[in-house]
Amino acid sequence: MNTPALKDWPLWEVFVRSKQGLEHKHCGSLHAADAAQALHMARDVYTRRQEGVSIWVVPSVAITASNPDDKGELFDPAADKIYRHPTFYEIPEEVGHM
Amino acid sequence: MSTPIDYLLHLADNAVVLGQRNAEWCGHGPILEEDMALANVSLDLIGQARLLYQRAAELMGGDATEDKLAYFRGPHEFRNYTLLELPHHGPLVGYAAADRDYATTIVRNFLYSALMVHVWDGLQQSADPSLAAIAAKSLKETSYHLHHARDWLVRMGDGTEESHARAQAAVNHLMPYTEEFWTTSPAEGAAVAAKVAIDVWALRPAWDALVNDALAEATLTRPNFHGYITEGKIGLHSEHLSYLLGEMQGLARAHPGATW
Repeated sequence: MNTPALKDWPLWEVFVRSKQGLEHKHCGSLHAADAAQALHMARDVYTRRQEGVSIWVVPSVAITASNPDDKGELFDPAADKIYRHPTFYEIPEEVGHM
Repeated sequence: MSTPIDYLLHLADNAVVLGQRNAEWCGHGPILEEDMALANVSLDLIGQARLLYQRAAELMGGDATEDKLAYFRGPHEFRNYTLLELPHHGPLVGYAAADRDYATTIVRNFLYSALMVHVWDGLQQSADPSLAAIAAKSLKETSYHLHHARDWLVRMGDGTEESHARAQAAVNHLMPYTEEFWTTSPAEGAAVAAKVAIDVWALRPAWDALVNDALAEATLTRPNFHGYITEGKIGLHSEHLSYLLGEMQGLARAHPGATW
């Protein structure tokens, strides 16, 4: 009984890998007292329909997110830079589908 | 020797009664995540019961079906441990949803799943191949139920003053009912003789070790046993089972043969 009881449990972000070889994808969040409990709860809430073979949980406070208000300056300037897409190369027939 | 049907019913009734009991929390869980966790446990248990009733119906032949076994037998025909039919609270007279106590729910799930992981493990070698297959499937589910309940038991016992007191009260209330695990019913005796079942008595040291270890980690005390040993598995139940079955069986009995 060393740690004080939490009145509100912290929030966790849940990432689930749907099968081997694929990446973990964010699928939602939940409240839990600690990481071990968050994993258990993620199993019960997010993998009930065989959605996954592996789960990550991350404290939501550990994530630094971009501000939606900055969307204009962060992302809009990329809109007209089509030359950044590698679509101007001639690909030899032998390479096939990339 | 063939599989004693009463033994299959004992296993099936255990699963269906606890599944029905735990389902009372559905939509009323302490938090959303726990609500779903417990609903998952219930669905596992009801799934186990279905497979066991199907196997029993197959052996009974005639017009026996899983639904008839679940919905059209009375309380005295049920073979579940008395522990599993008790309401989610201490020894009160009458009960209401508001009286439900999550510590009671968790302690019961812990005591039962701590037994069943060993039972299912042993039944994988059953002379009845259907039962062996059901046991292999159920073992994985029950291992998770044990993990879930043990985790909460430790959090509650080694938690706040109130959670500790509630967990200890639940242990004191429920532990005496576990004595029923260690008596041998005629159905169990016949199943052991037919090599369909394992002798539950032999599992006691392993169960004791699991329980004592968890209680110690949870800073809870195991009460000394004294008093009456319940006999639900031979059909002698508490007053609580008939209410539980009334709710579970009411719809099927009001509309026999209905499909949807």
